[in-house]
Amino acid sequence: MTGILLECRGLTMRFGGVLALDGLDFTVNAGEVLGLIGPNGSGKTTFFNVVSGIYRLNAGTIHLEDSDITHSSPGSISAQGLARTFQRSRLNLSLTVFDNVVLGAYRQVHSGLWHNIVRRRAFHDEARRVASEARDLLAVFNVALADRLFDTADSLGMIDRRRVEICRALIGHPKLVLLDEPSAGMTIDETDAVMDEILGIRKAFGDLSVVIVEHEMGLIQRVTDRCAVLNYGKKIAEGPYREVSQDPVVRTAYLGHT
Amino acid sequence: MRSGSKAMRSISAGPVLVAVIVCAVVVTTLVRIEDQKLLVVELAAIVIATLLAMKFGIADKVETSARHHPWIGRASIIVATLAVLSVLREDTFGLLMLATVLLYVTTCIGVTIQMGYAGLTNFSAAAFVGTGAYTAALLDARHLLPDPLILLSGGLVAVAIGSLLLLPVLRTRGHYAALITLAFGVMFNVFLDASDSLGGPQGLKVGGINLLGWDFSNDLHLFGYEFSFYVNYVLLASVVASLAMVLAAILDKSWIGIWLDAVRLDETTSAVFGLNIGRWKILAFTIGNFLAGISGAIYAKMAGFIAPNNFTLSDSLIIVSIVILGGIGNRWGVPPAALIVILLPEKLQFIQEYRLLLYAALVIGILVARPGGFLERRTRRFDLATT
Repeated sequence: MTGILLECRGLTMRFGGVLALDGLDFTVNAGEVLGLIGPNGSGKTTFFNVVSGIYRLNAGTIHLEDSDITHSSPGSISAQGLARTFQRSRLNLSLTVFDNVVLGAYRQVHSGLWHNIVRRRAFHDEARRVASEARDLLAVFNVALADRLFDTADSLGMIDRRRVEICRALIGHPKLVLLDEPSAGMTIDETDAVMDEILGIRKAFGDLSVVIVEHEMGLIQRVTDRCAVLNYGKKIAEGPYREVSQDPVVRTAYLGHT
Repeated sequence: MRSGSKAMRSISAGPVLVAVIVCAVVVTTLVRIEDQKLLVVELAAIVIATLLAMKFGIADKVETSARHHPWIGRASIIVATLAVLSVLREDTFGLLMLATVLLYVTTCIGVTIQMGYAGLTNFSAAAFVGTGAYTAALLDARHLLPDPLILLSGGLVAVAIGSLLLLPVLRTRGHYAALITLAFGVMFNVFLDASDSLGGPQGLKVGGINLLGWDFSNDLHLFGYEFSFYVNYVLLASVVASLAMVLAAILDKSWIGIWLDAVRLDETTSAVFGLNIGRWKILAFTIGNFLAGISGAIYAKMAGFIAPNNFTLSDSLIIVSIVILGGIGNRWGVPPAALIVILLPEKLQFIQEYRLLLYAALVIGILVARPGGFLERRTRRFDLATT
């Protein structure tokens, strides 16, 4: 639990007149599971989009390990070990599970024309290797899902789609995974099952760090080491869930003045 | 497991052979029949037979059979092509039509890679065909290069001209990118019309192909039969169209096929996983324009004469409508769609004046009845069990 993996300083993101992130400081330590909570519109998803390079910051700096990724493209940020899921499922539903998962392995496979078009035997060997890796990963989550590698994503239920999304994020062996509302569209039991599966394989991924945005407080309480609470793009509290949840400022932010 | 492999083995090659023979007969008769009423009857029969084949699962049987016997399928297509050519050997006009259809197939496979795979709508395909054609005409007049290199240059120059469009196409999305290609297609035509060095509206003359001593302008004498010299062009166009189809197939069944799909379906997610959106769009655009340019160069040398009105916006629209009719992204939909769209107006004189009207009605009809096109795109499934 030593060393800072992600360090953000003074993140500021403006959409017209709205200040979505207002000088936010944020750190993720190596190997920790961090909960990111806050009322709707407090800037949680904006924070994810900024860190993963989809939005361009107005001010502030982001460091992933030793490198400055403030102005990096989404692609080069992912190359440095950051992967994410989306709040609303963003699988390509008309494609197979395999095609979806393999997107996460983009950097591990050979994308050259020669390899793909002329050296078909080498391509097939590689495809078989990636397929067995994908199958193993899916089996950790759901043994039945591993057998559906070549079914289309739209034939899967919500929970299996979420699993596929998480496998897509994990197959590239990231150091940090951002999970944007893993419970969205699922029952509490389903969410618990998926979270247990993620926590279960964290060790196999060299103490993967995880940041979870979530409204389901039971889940946050159960799985996170630490929590950060956002409101109006600012961090208003930080610490273990049971401390944060008692904080009067946090209670006011969630429930209004009482 | 065992019953599965047994079932695989028991799938017969019969359906694919029958389908190829039926297609060969249909193509031959469509080209041969001159009587307008008989032609209409045949068309009606084809439509009914196709609908019945789809309804009773015969089409699926053919597809399964073809998947399990790819080499029998390919070999039978080659034999059938030669058989059709031997029947049509003296039908100059029919052979010219057939070669034209095959060149359209090549271009439309290129557009399939652009539109169907990468999601780049291209309304200027005819301009790239035209680029290839004019390149061939200019190089031909100077006798600097042997013909194989002239044909290749047609493709390469189309790629080069296409790269002028890359920046605006990459910086825009969807309808806006489509509009840019549309504008380019119109500009290209205006430019040809105005350019004196390219012959203006009168166009340019082009000599026939001489492929390493094989002069395409001579009639062939084989096995005691005489073949019209257009057979040469049909053969060349068949080879080029087949190579284009094979390229599209391999591309689809590779990582690149997955990346192109991902770029088309969701750019944001693709970028988050490290895909370089521009790189894959450029690749698809380049391959498509190359195929268009090559078919343009062959067309110019076959037709012997090219003019701006061979490469207008309406030709681009015809190319796009072939791709849509066939089924966007499905390469097997392209040949039948090209055959119908190119051949019919030539054969049925009474619809010639209304051809664009007919295409529009056909495209609307297909999109209402079968939104995926005549042959809907199939889900990519890698067959990793066998080598």
